[in-house]
Amino acid sequence: MTALELRDVSKVYGTGAAEVHALAHIDLAVEPGTLVAVMGPSGSGKSSLLTIAGSLEEPSSGDVIVDGSRLADLSRNDRARLRRQRIGFVFQDFNLLSGLTAAENVSLPLELDGRSARRARPVALAALDRLGLADQGDRFPDELSGGERQRVAIARATVGDRQLLLADEPTGALDSANGEAVMRMLRQACQDGVAGVVVTHDAQLASWADRIVFLRDGHVVDQTAPQPGPDSLLSSDAGR
Amino acid sequence: MSVRHALLALLHEGPKYGLQLRQEFEAGTGEMWPLNVGQVYTTLNRLERDGLVEAADDDEGPQRTFRLTEAGGSELEEWLRTPPDMSAPPRDELVIKVLVALRLTDVDVAELLQAHRRQLVELMQQYTRLKGDVGEDDLGLALVVDAELFRLDGLIRWLDAVDGRLARLPRGPDGERAAPASRPRTTPERLRRQIGSRR
Repeated sequence: MTALELRDVSKVYGTGAAEVHALAHIDLAVEPGTLVAVMGPSGSGKSSLLTIAGSLEEPSSGDVIVDGSRLADLSRNDRARLRRQRIGFVFQDFNLLSGLTAAENVSLPLELDGRSARRARPVALAALDRLGLADQGDRFPDELSGGERQRVAIARATVGDRQLLLADEPTGALDSANGEAVMRMLRQACQDGVAGVVVTHDAQLASWADRIVFLRDGHVVDQTAPQPGPDSLLSSDAGR
Repeated sequence: MSVRHALLALLHEGPKYGLQLRQEFEAGTGEMWPLNVGQVYTTLNRLERDGLVEAADDDEGPQRTFRLTEAGGSELEEWLRTPPDMSAPPRDELVIKVLVALRLTDVDVAELLQAHRRQLVELMQQYTRLKGDVGEDDLGLALVVDAELFRLDGLIRWLDAVDGRLARLPRGPDGERAAPASRPRTTPERLRRQIGSRR
């Protein structure tokens, strides 16, 4: 089963002369264990695609299917539950709650879903541990570096039974070393079985993905083909 | 890539023989720059002729060991501090292809730019996977791969800039963008002359 499928999705904002076609007839399928990058310039529709995939916004037409469920068939409450249980979001500016510790930020989606704080905490600490933040659970966001904050956000996005990880320019606020560390972690989360979609205008960031889809003026204009293993770089002139 | 100075740098660590120099050179560059052993011996002979290295023992075989001379150390230091030659405008093949495409009326330039963008990103995916697979332990490989990723990324940014410039071209009465071929043109040759005249 695909973790995320967009079928003929279009999004129009405004009406009449002010009408803007943000997305036009988008088809996209993301399998579990795969990281897909959506790359395009500002205004190409990247963020609209992500918010629609994450059910934060509804398409004007077309279907969005997450983990086998067609979002249009779900009630508002069921969509919210699906979002809480199945989808994790990572944003450029981290979006951590400043009044909660790292562990509390990570356990929040579990608690919102009905788990007690006592039972949620060890799960949150395990998620932080996987991202190398075992000792930082009781620190507040403003006591953490930018790279650490984004790792907390990834822990929050992957905690529990999430199947779909959606990231909007997740390294935009980080230096290149921390940005690379974050991309390694997103890639690892996908190799562990999650489906990931990262939207970006940055080719270096996108190149961590298994597949790159190019978006322009709301249309998918191209995508990368599966690549041979990196050994091909070592045995040919391509490495010179 | 100066093999000559790379060998001087390796000999700066202490006396070494040819095969050893080749292995250390390749390991230091993450094996991205394969080096012919014949090239190593030819270069060592030239360095010896120029007084930059000298034999460290009497062995005349493949185990003949070389060490850095004082002049070799000075040469290495001077080379490190000399900026690489970046002055000539690059005669990059991609730039030439795009300039040629702009002159041809039956070429979809946007589609051409995207085809090159995709191919560059696919190459970046391979380099990034290489970096991802080896982890952060192999510093030489990581630095070489980073350099290549930044170079390819620069080309993609240039393609994006071309897209932006074409999008800003004024449109004619038929709604078509004015053909770039009808505009005054700076050729790579003219650009070279202009930059050269400012020096």
